[in-house]
Amino acid sequence: MRPGCPCSVSYYASDTLTLVVLVEVTIIVEDFQKFAADGEVHTAVIPVESEHSAMSACVGASAIGARVATASASAGLALMWEILYCAASMRMPIVFTVANRALSAPINIHNDHSDGMGMRDSGFVQLYCQSSQEAYDTTIMAFKLAEDHDVLLPVMVGIDGFILSHNVERVEMLPTEMVHKFLGVRDPVQPLDPKNPITMGPLALTDYYFEFKEQQDRAMWRVPEAYKKVEEEFKKITGRSYGMFEDYKTKDADIIILAMSTMGGTAKAVADVLREKGEKVGVIRLKMFRPFPSEEIAEAVGDAKAVMIFEKAMSFGAVTSPLAMEVRSALYNVDKRPMVVDFVVGLGGRDVPPTTFVEGYEKTKRYLEKGQAPLYETLGVRK
Amino acid sequence: MEEAAVSIKDMLQKDQILSSGHRMCAGCAAPTIVKLMGMALRGPTIVCEATGCLEVATTIYPFTAWKIPWIHVAFENAAAVASGVIEAQKIMREKDRSEYEHVDVIAIGGDGGTFDIGFGAISGMLERGHDVVYMVYDNGAYQNTGIQRSGATLPGQETTTSWAGKVEPGKRQRKKPLAEIVAAHKTPYVATVDPYHYRDFIMKFRKALEVDGPAFIHAFSPCPRGWRSDTSRSIELAKMAVEVGIHPLYEVIDGEEWIMSGPSKRIKELTPLEEFWALQGQFRHLKDPKWSDFKKDLQDQVNHDWELLKKRCGIE
Ligand SMILES: Cc1ncc(C[n+]2csc(CCOP(=O)(O)OP(=O)(O)O)c2C)c(N)n1
Ligand code: SF4
Ligand SMILES: [Mg+2]
Repeated sequence: MRPGCPCSVSYYASDTLTLVVLVEVTIIVEDFQKFAADGEVHTAVIPVESEHSAMSACVGASAIGARVATASASAGLALMWEILYCAASMRMPIVFTVANRALSAPINIHNDHSDGMGMRDSGFVQLYCQSSQEAYDTTIMAFKLAEDHDVLLPVMVGIDGFILSHNVERVEMLPTEMVHKFLGVRDPVQPLDPKNPITMGPLALTDYYFEFKEQQDRAMWRVPEAYKKVEEEFKKITGRSYGMFEDYKTKDADIIILAMSTMGGTAKAVADVLREKGEKVGVIRLKMFRPFPSEEIAEAVGDAKAVMIFEKAMSFGAVTSPLAMEVRSALYNVDKRPMVVDFVVGLGGRDVPPTTFVEGYEKTKRYLEKGQAPLYETLGVRK
Repeated sequence: MEEAAVSIKDMLQKDQILSSGHRMCAGCAAPTIVKLMGMALRGPTIVCEATGCLEVATTIYPFTAWKIPWIHVAFENAAAVASGVIEAQKIMREKDRSEYEHVDVIAIGGDGGTFDIGFGAISGMLERGHDVVYMVYDNGAYQNTGIQRSGATLPGQETTTSWAGKVEPGKRQRKKPLAEIVAAHKTPYVATVDPYHYRDFIMKFRKALEVDGPAFIHAFSPCPRGWRSDTSRSIELAKMAVEVGIHPLYEVIDGEEWIMSGPSKRIKELTPLEEFWALQGQFRHLKDPKWSDFKKDLQDQVNHDWELLKKRCGIE
């Protein structure tokens, strides 16, 4: 076992985990299969022939009450797309690790957030992680969140492909019994049960379909509350918690960098350096993208002059890029609306070094002077 | 292969698994097929179904016609959903979290969901050896969405994507030999069935449940709406399908042992296809003399396939 590899998550959650459905594509999958082969986990593993079938099998297994997890990314995730919506709408608390990667074409194996943003409206809760420790902790918490009877929704745990999925760093593991105690056994609400037959996944037409969606939407908005509870409990046993986003030196900041996942680490380092030079910079490292914590973000932004977004996805032909769209909407109702600047960076795994952040920062200062900024622009690309 | 341990008389007494009031068309054979399947059940059972007529018309929310646990997720994934159900059931039992020693898992798909879009998922399920009975009810087209051609559509059949016209006789291509392809996976049990031969149907379905590992049932399912046939003649058409040889009844064990079933074995000579076509609007265009060569080719093809099957089954 590679210490620090997020795959170890499944290992320690394993006795409470009943089933994993996998296509052989990620290190997470390979290592989990190894644990299974060595009898270290008491978990059924279904090696499926496609990611579409992976998510389908997850739904079937979850429907009879098992605790279920799977992992994928990029093209595989894209193939699952249809069933992601079914999983969420059928209220299956599946935990889905996504090693966020670029979508084809051109085919590419490296990190960006195109896959995660592509599934943003599927009804999955989305939590993006910055470190291996956070990935480990979040995966454990994700089961509790997904299975909360006020929620009952699948949860995506995003880890940046390669940057985090193949990272080697120290991770503090929890004793197996502690994880067992924390998660307990899944208590399914309405499983497929021969003694109590129900029909799942029926046809609902103009007279009822909308009500299903109404309920699903309400469940999504019960997530922040449930997430807080889960984190509090987790903090009691580990001392660690992450919040819906991480707020770094934003109190007196004039310009706030807003980014997700591993870019958060670089952003904070850049903020520190700029602060040493007397610049008032802060960072919001967003973890929960769905549901989007709009009021909380607006509050954290406070009366900063500008929010400078760095994001790894595009929405072709849209007003701006996915993360910026959310942030702009979240800030629309505040009295002193800050300028929102959006930089699309790092597509297809293009490195996003501190200099890219500094370049964006200089641009943002100029935009502030002018009182005007483009809706989005790309950085770090040949033009 | 041993005979099933329960008598057909007992099986015919079974409670129905599908209630009346479902919304399949009058004369549709699919509900009869489900009824026969229900008679073969032997204990706790979960059904995983693909999108299609049967799924749509039996579960219009807030109603359901199903009296046993049933799940539908999508069009092409019934086999994968069934894989999830069976594996989860097994491991939950091992962990003492299921009260059932064993649950039979059945996947059902239409011909579109089975021959075409769901084919990959079925192949995967077979390769994994999951103990699931997969049944296709084959009505020869995507009936639910308006009679589009599928891999199961017969040559000469008119559909809304294989029109008969001045220069086209309906579908020109052969039907995908799916039961043979499934058998080629070395599947423990494959059988073709037909609602007219209900005893044969029930006994085979029971065997499919009893065999260890995957089993595949190919059921012929007349569709009066799509076939433009009389609603009172569906079971007659099912009978004829066997007599003309387009749906011969047989079993394949482990992909190796081919056994012709009684109703087909008793056939001395195939009834001409013409008689089967005559009862269906979807073949009406073939009456035009310009298609006589085409028709002869189709008859030759069926005769050829029939001889090949007999040889495989060691007959003559
Ligand atoms: C991926 C996907 N493509 C298309 C559809 C639309 N659709 C629903 S049922 C169906 C046809 C079903 O045909 P078949 O499997 O033969 O079942 P039948 O309705 O004939 O019983 C189609 C095309 C769908 N639900 N999902
Ligand atoms: S269209 Fe055909 S298969 Fe569908 S319910 Fe009607 S008769 Fe049955
Ligand atoms: Mg059909």
